[in-house]
Amino acid sequence: MSEIALTLGPVFFHWSPDRLLDFYRRIADEAPIGRVHVGEVVCGKRMPFSDPAWPAIIERLERGGKEVVLSTLAAPATVRERRSIVDLCGDERLVEINDVSGLPSRSGRPFVTGPFLSVYNEASAKFLIQLGARTICPPVEFSFAAIGAMSLKCPEALFEIFAFGRLPLALSGRCYHARIHGLHKDSCQFTCERDPDGLSVDTLDDQQFLAVNGVQTLSNQVQAFCPAPDALASKGVKRLRLSPQTCDMVEVARIYRRLADGREEPEDARFALSCLDLPGTLVDGYANARPGWHVTAPA
Amino acid sequence: MTTKRMELVCPAGTPATLRAAVQAGADSIYCGFRDETNARNFPGLNFSRDELAEGVRFAHDHGSKVLVAINTFARVDDVHIWKKAADMAAESGADAIIAADFAVLDHVARNHGQIRLHLSVQAAAATPEAIGFYAAQFGIRRVVLPRVLSLQEIAALNRAIDVETEAFVFGGLCVMIEGRCYLSSYATGKSPNLNGVCSPPEMVSYDEGPSGTTTRLSGFTIDRYGRGEPVGYPTLCKGKFKAGDKTSHLFEDPVSLNAGGMIAGLKAAGVTALKIEGRQRGKGYVSEVVRAFRKAVDAVEKGGESVDIDRLLAGQSEGARQTAGAYEKKWR
Repeated sequence: MSEIALTLGPVFFHWSPDRLLDFYRRIADEAPIGRVHVGEVVCGKRMPFSDPAWPAIIERLERGGKEVVLSTLAAPATVRERRSIVDLCGDERLVEINDVSGLPSRSGRPFVTGPFLSVYNEASAKFLIQLGARTICPPVEFSFAAIGAMSLKCPEALFEIFAFGRLPLALSGRCYHARIHGLHKDSCQFTCERDPDGLSVDTLDDQQFLAVNGVQTLSNQVQAFCPAPDALASKGVKRLRLSPQTCDMVEVARIYRRLADGREEPEDARFALSCLDLPGTLVDGYANARPGWHVTAPA
Repeated sequence: MTTKRMELVCPAGTPATLRAAVQAGADSIYCGFRDETNARNFPGLNFSRDELAEGVRFAHDHGSKVLVAINTFARVDDVHIWKKAADMAAESGADAIIAADFAVLDHVARNHGQIRLHLSVQAAAATPEAIGFYAAQFGIRRVVLPRVLSLQEIAALNRAIDVETEAFVFGGLCVMIEGRCYLSSYATGKSPNLNGVCSPPEMVSYDEGPSGTTTRLSGFTIDRYGRGEPVGYPTLCKGKFKAGDKTSHLFEDPVSLNAGGMIAGLKAAGVTALKIEGRQRGKGYVSEVVRAFRKAVDAVEKGGESVDIDRLLAGQSEGARQTAGAYEKKWR
């Protein structure tokens, strides 16, 4: 049962260096997670703030026995952003590729493909595996059954499903935090820092719907895919990705660890998650090939 | 960089529209097969194998080219459907295949070396590294640029790559990076990447109330209109939403792209081809838009200023409001 591994995905939000240090210190010491992604993925403008914090965070995580993966930008544009990808791809550690821009400098060495890279079928997965992909986390709209079908045809790689957190749904060249505050991206004043879980976007009829995080749009609701371990095993899916929110992520990790070890039933895991301080209600539609906001039966 | 005349690339959802676009002055026509292999998978639209072959003959007889869009992502266990579409496109004598999926690109590069490969906007390649990767791996000859780049960024990109670029100049405006947007499937279960559709019509409702009309997508309110106000189609990213203490068209106003005034700028930025969006559009619309852009491109090629394309196209854009989009830096 313990063959199901947990991954902590990269933080999507603009957290201060202090917040990042505190967060990862607890993860390093307390969270039953083997692999931890670090690095800025959403907006290159934030990198000057967080960059100085990463070496200490990485050191701390590795001292805590975690496998550290360096995540790279999903939509690089400037020379500096592009250079950051090339630099990170040169590292000895595992790297997460979130844009094709990273492939030339990482091909031939092992990497993870993140949910921003369009991998929709076994032929594309094999293409990436031959370049060095070892773990593949497909886009969030991909169903559990489809990931399973791909996984069974590509035993050379480990497949990971986005199990917890607000779902990353879109990226733009435009910054919505800046737009809401009457600013432009180029002089954004980093207003995204005020919303450490993203800013909720409701409809005119007050339906909770989406959330914005700078150039990124996420779901308002929180993905909480809680599969039974034998369902995961039968589909050959070996990893669950937990995406950081401001709620107690150590507790989230403990819940998923118990679930993956068969020590907790899916319904109980879902209930335990619903008791946390989450930015939205729980959904799992995508995993069950339904609209993402749907809540469906256990897998 | 480009001393060559810019190529005008025009949409065709039906054989009749293809002929109309050729006759209106299109240099190239892009179209797709009648199935989920292309990103405009709408009922009553697109081409059969025979219709494509006939369309290619007609276009070639009139000196125009045909580009076949096989630009969705192949489904698990069904990759053969996408490969077959690529085979059919190659056999039709078409001039290029527009693709985004590694699986499709790889198949074409390995089996149909004679046909040009264009990288679809759905691949969202916007850096020299990404475009260089596709060129090295699959020999792509052209990249269709995401609609989120400024003119300055396009110019810098063209200086750094040695494949052609194609830029959208008219029609729908995606504000999200295409090929990586799952907003539609989040609300409706159907998306461009999974199904070749965005905000699909079967999930749309127009609900009449005492004070006007509310448009909804899969039950989510997208916008509201007073009595007598023109009602727009509820495309998710063009909706009115509440965020913070503001109610606004948060992602994008209900506007469409018109970069007709930027043709000279796009040429100076090194763009090879100008693309008109709208394979779902009728023959009359396509004819009029193509004619207007033909005139505008010809004027720029003769060294003149852009003609007043807004006047030429009055009434042809969605919701009648237009924007030059990301080409102007203040957009973002």
